[in-house]
Amino acid sequence: MTANQVAFLLVGGLAALGATGVVACGEKPVRSALCLVLNFFLLGVLYFMLGAELLGIIQVMVYAGAIMVLFLFVVMVLALQSQEAPRHKERRWPLAIVGAIALAATVASVIVTFDPSPFSQPVGDGYGKPQAIGAYLFTEYALPFEVASVLLLVGIVGSVLLARRNA
Amino acid sequence: MGLVNDVPLQWFLALSLYMFVLGAIGVMVRRNPVVMFMCIELMLNAVNLTFLAFARYQPSGALASGDVPTAMAGQMMVIFVMAVAAAEVAVGLGIITAIFRLKNRADADDLGSLRG
Repeated sequence: MTANQVAFLLVGGLAALGATGVVACGEKPVRSALCLVLNFFLLGVLYFMLGAELLGIIQVMVYAGAIMVLFLFVVMVLALQSQEAPRHKERRWPLAIVGAIALAATVASVIVTFDPSPFSQPVGDGYGKPQAIGAYLFTEYALPFEVASVLLLVGIVGSVLLARRNA
Repeated sequence: MGLVNDVPLQWFLALSLYMFVLGAIGVMVRRNPVVMFMCIELMLNAVNLTFLAFARYQPSGALASGDVPTAMAGQMMVIFVMAVAAAEVAVGLGIITAIFRLKNRADADDLGSLRG
């Protein structure tokens, strides 16, 4: 077991723990949100380990930062605590467990029998650096980039419209 | 520098699968719309992790096609997933806020008025 593997098990295990906390933290959405922050932050660390440095930074800033602040704001402003009606909760567990096991078994069977040998081509150094990403974002992916900016604008206007008080 | 050739690709895929399945369970089981939303974010991030893992461990011959290299294509996809997720969260949380203001509670089971 190499140092990198130990590091992955540590970070990945904690990330899995955070993901578990999102679903398992019972009545208080704040706890779920904080577990999700932990998970997103550790995912950023994993992105770094994968060599995608810029995306690791974006992950921490956009997900663990901006998006989770939005979630926490809504949770705190709305005071959704213990709004979950207990009458509905038990009923769904069997379906959820069966569906989850089916999904997990299907994908896990692929992962277990997966032959990684074709996926070993070394990537060029610095493929996750801002220069490399920018070079593609503004050439090959210029159109999706512009479409994404329009989508974000629509999102901003839409959310302001929805959240306005006397809409 | 940070490259993890000795961590098997399957480990990343297994973590991603775990996160995705947990997110799916959460969407089915939790009834608080905000928590359901968080579970959707969890699923999106699981997919992002898969994209980046395959970007890092690219298949041989991926560069020969003359197209965008796999490593870049995967990262671009993650960037756009993040952009779409940000827009989705902004609008979705706005909708939840509006519903909460209308009904003074927000439980996914109470929101069946469009069911007909």
